[in-house]
Amino acid sequence: MLASLFVDAFRFIPDNAHLLLQKTLELAELAFTALGIAILIALPLGLWLGHRHRGLFVALGVSSLGRALPSIALIGFFIAWLGVGFWNLTIALVVIGLPPVLTNTFFAVEGVDADVVEAARGMGLTERQILTRVELPLGLPLIIAGIRIAAVFVIATSTLAGIVGGGGLGDIIANQSTYGLAGVLAAALCVSAVALLATWLLGLGERAAARKMAPST
Amino acid sequence: MTGFRVAGGPVIPNYGHASACLKNNGWFCTGWVHEHWGDILQPALVQHIKLTVIAVGLGFVIAFLLALLTLRWHFFDGPIGAFSDFLYALPSIALFELLLPVTGITTTTILIPLVAYTLFVLYRNIVAGLRGVPEEVLESARGMGLTRRQTFLRVELPLAVPTIMGGVRVATVSTISIATVAAYLIHYGLGGPIFDALGLPDIFRTELLAAGALAVLLALAADSLLALLQRALTPWSRVR
Repeated sequence: MLASLFVDAFRFIPDNAHLLLQKTLELAELAFTALGIAILIALPLGLWLGHRHRGLFVALGVSSLGRALPSIALIGFFIAWLGVGFWNLTIALVVIGLPPVLTNTFFAVEGVDADVVEAARGMGLTERQILTRVELPLGLPLIIAGIRIAAVFVIATSTLAGIVGGGGLGDIIANQSTYGLAGVLAAALCVSAVALLATWLLGLGERAAARKMAPST
Repeated sequence: MTGFRVAGGPVIPNYGHASACLKNNGWFCTGWVHEHWGDILQPALVQHIKLTVIAVGLGFVIAFLLALLTLRWHFFDGPIGAFSDFLYALPSIALFELLLPVTGITTTTILIPLVAYTLFVLYRNIVAGLRGVPEEVLESARGMGLTRRQTFLRVELPLAVPTIMGGVRVATVSTISIATVAAYLIHYGLGGPIFDALGLPDIFRTELLAAGALAVLLALAADSLLALLQRALTPWSRVR
């Protein structure tokens, strides 16, 4: 039964390529807008707090509260408050994407060896230079890992937007009666493809950034 | 299993006596919460706790066995890691839908995806915890004449407890969150009242917020309890 379902799903994909592509793009637009905003807010904040070694309590609190918030209740809350719409869903997804980026960035910078930072200060680097040339490159793997978690989270959660009429691949997943189980599976595979693609691109970005920031000797 | 209702539920909301607050669809009508604690909120909370305990318990046993396999034979590392990555990227709601025709309207349909998601976190943390034990420590354990079994039970496992418990905490909290989504298909747990509230033409704010808040409080309470358990399991970390 499961095998034939997969066969049907793989047949569904080329037969409905246009629909799937359109829904995938809708999902990607929503998810990546939210992820971008979450990074723009959380990354500088995490860098600053981590550099100042302040706000450990904030970073820990945000991370556990962020995980504890059930995404469907959160999306429901924003819709009950603001109504359905691209930006309202985006705000809900930003709230979901923020915590992993903030927490990981904070601990990445905060955890950089104090001796290394001291040495950089002794060499006459300004605080800004210490942050961008020492702490950021050393903390990069952990920061990227946080963005990766956020990306998978936000992409997976944006399918829930379909349930409340927000479009995207969630539309197909929530309408089994129209598209059948094969359609649901095909759409789910598209979602995970987007998530895995994002993960892979972040991995590439990490390596490229590591090369660029490595001291040229 | 009995006591399931088909998701979506009745169209008439669980209003009870309509107070002014309810007529205006207020954000938190204490009267409603008080009136329906016994017949809606408390049963849903108990169901949710059951789901979480079973899912994390099963997930832990499976993840532990998989981790032991990986530590013994390294070639399992790649496939198991890649498979759990793939599972984690699948949207939970689709997984519930796909299982529905196989396992029907039962808690099994909810539990299988939940267990699968816990594996992602637990497996990684158990492997990382056991691998993170320093070689010198193992060397000295061997030097003291401990057998392999003793080394595992008395040295490696206790030293891995903080990392493993970190994984259990994350897995528990995310399971509580993901389990609410399952109620889209099967009316069970705290997701039940959440989807009842969302299914109405005007979202019933009090029910949404009450059930959502219960889920958050449950997650935070579980996290704190597990943190206390971790402290109890690692008495040496308190001595500084």
